Amino acid sequence: MSKFEFPPSIKSRPIYGTLEPRKGPAHLLIADAVGAEAIIEVATPEMMRTAHIIYIPKGTEFSEKLRALNPAQYYEGASYAASVSRIHKVLGDAKMGLQVYLAGTEGMMGQAQLEATNAGIPHSAIQLEHRGSVARRMQCVHCKGITEDVEVDPFVCSHCGLNLFVRDHYSRRIAAYQGVCIDAEDLGNVPPSKGIYE
Amino acid sequence: MTIQFNDETFRDDYSFHNSAWAIKRFPFPFHEDSYMYSVNMEQHRGGPAGSIYEKRFDVDEHYLSEMRDRAMVLADDPLRCQSLPHMTLAGWDLLELIMVSKSEDYPELFELHRDGNTWRWVNKPMGIDDTFTFLDEATLPYGPLEYITRQAQGDWCVLDQRDDNLWMDAGMVTTQADWSLDFDIGMNFFEWHAPVPLAHEKGIFVRALKFLLNIQQGSPARRLNWTMTVTPLLDTSPENYHKWGIQKTTLTPENIGQKQHLRVELQTFFRLPRSNALVFPIRAYLCSFQDLMTMPKWGRRLHRVIRDLPEELATYKGFIANRPMMLDYLSKFDDGLPTSDGIWPEFESEPPLKPSADS
Repeated sequence: MSKFEFPPSIKSRPIYGTLEPRKGPAHLLIADAVGAEAIIEVATPEMMRTAHIIYIPKGTEFSEKLRALNPAQYYEGASYAASVSRIHKVLGDAKMGLQVYLAGTEGMMGQAQLEATNAGIPHSAIQLEHRGSVARRMQCVHCKGITEDVEVDPFVCSHCGLNLFVRDHYSRRIAAYQGVCIDAEDLGNVPPSKGIYE
Repeated sequence: MTIQFNDETFRDDYSFHNSAWAIKRFPFPFHEDSYMYSVNMEQHRGGPAGSIYEKRFDVDEHYLSEMRDRAMVLADDPLRCQSLPHMTLAGWDLLELIMVSKSEDYPELFELHRDGNTWRWVNKPMGIDDTFTFLDEATLPYGPLEYITRQAQGDWCVLDQRDDNLWMDAGMVTTQADWSLDFDIGMNFFEWHAPVPLAHEKGIFVRALKFLLNIQQGSPARRLNWTMTVTPLLDTSPENYHKWGIQKTTLTPENIGQKQHLRVELQTFFRLPRSNALVFPIRAYLCSFQDLMTMPKWGRRLHRVIRDLPEELATYKGFIANRPMMLDYLSKFDDGLPTSDGIWPEFESEPPLKPSADS
């Protein structure tokens, strides 16, 4: 129901798998919205004994179910921005062998993955599973501002106001897709917006 | 020969121009009457005297004006030059390679005096005479990559090599064909080429990467690439596309010969000694259609190449909308006669353009 099949795309576009439990001395699980379902599916009692769950509900109701998994640590953040300093600290304190599980929207996973790789976590210890909204985190190539949760193409940059089209070109370092002015060659000629995968 | 440096601009009034010498040595990129991607690599070991292939890093009449334009781009947007923290040593490697090459290849323009790690660099055209300590960043006004590439034409990508891949981890990019270093920095070879159509399916990038991973010190390689630019704008960046994109709509049948430029990149690849990084200079040469048409062979060939180019490539290279107007113009310079193999103009032996029946 909440799983979306992304169409084939170019080679810079991330692809996502399905979380699987892995052996490790500690486990960090980060999810937003219905990403909680993927955490619930992957969790094992053994994993939970050394697990830290960070959850950003975004108005969903999975708190009780996640708490019932009995992780060693549980935290609920009001937003990704509110949670990032904690994520940063946990990754900084991590010991060799930490397993990272990310589930939910592309924007959250991309940013958390960047925190993890910046902290020196090898990419082979990071798993990602997309769930829920297919909205994208977009960088305006012109003003460099980030617009979160973009659901339509084209869209208006929330910083400089240019009309941008949504590219599949993706930067892991910025954790965002690239938005490029759509009416540069014909000012004001902006096609009606539609869903990114419509 | 002594180079006479032009005083010209690549913006605003666009006073950029090519001398007869520059037109003759322009790297026309089509060796036959059609074009498709290929791994068109060859060794970069000099070339005909006076050609753009002769020296390791070609210096031409546009040098000073291009460096002035670069300084303006960097003042507007310092993100055009970036280096990830692990790439500083590669920056010193590059500084050494450029200083040694330029002082050996153009002794009348550049001098390098080395006494241990105390180096004196003299760049006569730019009026620079700096003494610094090699490998000590504090002794230069910029990092080593930025310092030397503010004095060297073309864009510079410095690629780290690890995990059997190349990573775009540093660069000076102010004259690019619509790609963003700031966005692509940190990407691997397949990721930063992701938006290119057709070439992935043809296996071009897999083969090119294999070739590049094996480039050895002292054995650089080269290839040509090309695109189209309306007006001789060097900074065709995505960052500023909302400003320059509109220029594509200003072509008319009257001004196309003067305004439409073929933009050719001489791409070279050098292994760097200490860092094992690969430096990938992308040197852009611009030539207006009307200047290209002074060579009969190029006139005939350019018409045939543009006419027969697959639609995906014309779209990717950004001239699909203007292609009909280009063909109207170019067809007047194609009388159907055969052309000789290779890229060189062969002005002496190629037959002059036959006047068409209706003119």
